[in-house]
Amino acid sequence: MLTQMNQRTLDTAAIRGDFPILDDHNERGQRLVFLDSAASSQKPTAVIEALSDFYRTSNANIHRGVYGLSERATALYEQARALVADFINADSPSACIFVRNTTEAINLVAATWGRRHVRAGDLIVATVMDHHSNLVPWQLLAEETGADLAHVRVTGDGRLDLDHLDELLRREPKLVAFPHVSNSLGTINDAATIVRRAHAVGAIVVVDGAQSVPHLPTDVRALDADFLAFSGHKMVGPMGSGVLYGKRELLEAMPPYMGGGGMIRRVELGKATWADIPNRFEAGTPAVADAIGLGAAIEYLSALGMERVREHERELTEVALDRLREVPGLRLLGPTTAEDRAGVISFELGEIHPHDVAAILDGENVAVRAGHHCCQPLMRELGVVATTRASFYLYNTLDDVDRLVAALEKANKIFH
Amino acid sequence: MAESLYRENILDHNRYPRNKGTLVPADFSYEDTNPLCGDEIRIDLRVLGERVTEIRFSGHGCAISQAAVSMLTEMVEGQTLDVVKALTKDDLLEELGVPISPARLKCALLGLKVLKAGVYGIDHEGAGEL
Repeated sequence: MLTQMNQRTLDTAAIRGDFPILDDHNERGQRLVFLDSAASSQKPTAVIEALSDFYRTSNANIHRGVYGLSERATALYEQARALVADFINADSPSACIFVRNTTEAINLVAATWGRRHVRAGDLIVATVMDHHSNLVPWQLLAEETGADLAHVRVTGDGRLDLDHLDELLRREPKLVAFPHVSNSLGTINDAATIVRRAHAVGAIVVVDGAQSVPHLPTDVRALDADFLAFSGHKMVGPMGSGVLYGKRELLEAMPPYMGGGGMIRRVELGKATWADIPNRFEAGTPAVADAIGLGAAIEYLSALGMERVREHERELTEVALDRLREVPGLRLLGPTTAEDRAGVISFELGEIHPHDVAAILDGENVAVRAGHHCCQPLMRELGVVATTRASFYLYNTLDDVDRLVAALEKANKIFH
Repeated sequence: MAESLYRENILDHNRYPRNKGTLVPADFSYEDTNPLCGDEIRIDLRVLGERVTEIRFSGHGCAISQAAVSMLTEMVEGQTLDVVKALTKDDLLEELGVPISPARLKCALLGLKVLKAGVYGIDHEGAGEL
């Protein structure tokens, strides 16, 4: 018999046993089908226990005390950083800064690298596909510096228009920001190509990895991204844990984000000098337990293997796309095949408003997201106000797809 | 839960909305959106003396918001502005007659919010002239 490590796909029965919340049933005895992992994933027992273990056995402030408990807390925190670095193949743990989430990571880049390097008349390029968290920080930076903003268009089937990217790159932007995977459409963008073309004109590249790092194998060195932002809570880790990866030479030349304890070398009343990276960007007491919980999440994912997580989601997405196409009135948005899309499926169901779809699905204990998914410009471009979105992760099964389809058929029945 | 929320009266108002459209000119027009879900509702009103003679709504949203505003227009037409001002959310929720969860309350009440803002706006600009 094959061991789990040798199998091509995941043992979802075993995995589901690791996630206590998935035992939830509604009053009609229907088990929870959780299809909103793109918003936030569920957490395995290993992560939940890492949090409580820290508070039970190792809780103390870090980088401060000379006593054993503080040293242990510090060691666990730095060990989590090393796990993060290894997970994304960063060349050093010091290139990985702990933040609260993707949003904070991107704001950090805008407020530090951005303010230092972007001037009036410079161009910042983002994309129509971006989440608000990769749009608004650049708007704020442009407003403050007088820089110009431009956005790469999206094609009808939900991909970035790379010809338009090339057109914008001819204007030699200072910075290019884009999502590796679209949180609304699931599109997997050709990140390496975008990074290479942006670098060819001298731009710094910020990759929003919120939807890619939890679902695809990530290699920042192969990708050659200057910055990569992602959230722990979308990758079976705790809320309040996130990471900004940056190339060390860029981070080392950046001014601090917030001032305070832990980020200084020496402080006088009138001035201060800064600590080395990564501490320079981690002012104040960080979310130590959450970072350690993220480390536990990474160990959990690594034991399964990200290649297999990806393959599992690809298979589910392929089946789900086929099944959803058969639901009367259902219109899929985004790329049509599972090859270049992650396990995120946005759709419209006839004339039924997405909130009504989601409410009816909730009645069947199927949790999906309805709305604009923090992508109002993309929704406008696609000519929709809102969509219903189902997103898969390692604990979802073909049975979940059946339940989704049955609940959608019920919605059709109620509304016709 | 879905069965109890999507009762026939809700579905009927959603499918065949009452007083849907616009009034040009109107004695007041007001619109608002629910930024969380993107629902938009506009209400146009004509007033004669102190009484609402005509009301129309337009915009888009979920079945709950559309049914609620459709019912609201029926509740308001022919009433005095004082009665309209005295309308409470409980009056509307009672008319809806289905259990509205906290998450859907904003959907159900968007139309009422628009109506109230509009009516008080008339007052603000000098309801004495009406």
